Amino acid sequence: MADDVKLLSAQLAQDPHSLVFLRLGELLRQKRQFDLAQRVATNGLERHPHLADAHDLLARIMADRHDYEHAFDEWDMTLRIAPGHTGALKGLAFLYFKVGDLAQAESHLREAKKVDPDDPAVDQALAMVRGGVAASDAPAPAVPVSSEAAEPIPEERVFAGLEGAQEGLLLLDAAGQVLGGALKSGDGQDATQAVAAYLAGVSQEASRTAKLLGLGGWVGLSAEGPQGNVHLTPPTHDALLLIVRDRSVPMGRLAVIGQRAALIARRWLERQA
Amino acid sequence: MSKNGYESALNGVTAVRGVRGAMVVAGGDGLVVAESLMEGIKGAAVAALAASLATRLGRAMEAGGVGGGVFWHLQAERGALLVVPARSGMLIVAIAEPGVNAGLVRLELLKAAEGVA
Repeated sequence: MADDVKLLSAQLAQDPHSLVFLRLGELLRQKRQFDLAQRVATNGLERHPHLADAHDLLARIMADRHDYEHAFDEWDMTLRIAPGHTGALKGLAFLYFKVGDLAQAESHLREAKKVDPDDPAVDQALAMVRGGVAASDAPAPAVPVSSEAAEPIPEERVFAGLEGAQEGLLLLDAAGQVLGGALKSGDGQDATQAVAAYLAGVSQEASRTAKLLGLGGWVGLSAEGPQGNVHLTPPTHDALLLIVRDRSVPMGRLAVIGQRAALIARRWLERQA
Repeated sequence: MSKNGYESALNGVTAVRGVRGAMVVAGGDGLVVAESLMEGIKGAAVAALAASLATRLGRAMEAGGVGGGVFWHLQAERGALLVVPARSGMLIVAIAEPGVNAGLVRLELLKAAEGVA
């Protein structure tokens, strides 16, 4: 994790406008380096004031610092920008629960469930809130304030048996968080987190571009580079699969490999639901 | 290079059967420099999104060790967007129908990119 912090810090220094600050801030929060985490989040917000995930990050840091008033403001802002943001809905539910307003807590959890009906943490929290346990009598419901709190998923569980599962296949969620797989750069360095951070939002932009052109849904994005080819495909509407191979693998074949890997990823995601 | 020069660079691209339009886009800010589009295509909006997409993808490719992109191909249910960056930082963008000869479009985009480099 310390290496990840260094890597992400270096990336952020090289490109202060990149969204890598989201991952860096979250990592620092998990390490309980709250001052640093808050600084990273605040600087990121100065550059991206309308980014819902940035307000959500700052809210989580504030909640960890027990500064619930500011956490509330940030989650409230998150929802103004992105009304269905589940992190903010769960966060506000957590805060309402803390002050004993079970009706509001339940209302926010119900909204979160509408957006993400398969999130088990929401069900667990709803059960606790509906059980009428007062905040003073019980720990706060198991609302995962951080979506990254869960253990990382080993890549072999997603892409078992596929060539390049350890170095050329990557499965991400819509926010650019790694669900499985790994990537290595040409010099053998782990490039997983850096690539994931840059690809956050690509799926949405590809989707918007195709829609704007009246082309329907996007099914793949192939790219040719001097040292290799890549193929991106959305196995589900909120996931992104990246395949990287050297130039000996033509782009057409890469797309075929991509479809196979996407099928495996889709099945794996369904099993997690 | 004049605007007419940019537009003439697009002629080879738009001559490919199945291409609905082509643009020269400033890669940094996504502004349209020249365009030759069929009616109804929102050139400015597409240019902005294409530039943003190209920037993100280019950074990811650099980080992944394959170098900056030399050709991108967005495939959708009812068509495709194909992009080649020129050395000057301009992007040559083609909008195509499904089933277009993507290899031929790629060649014409590369020629156009040399023309605006």
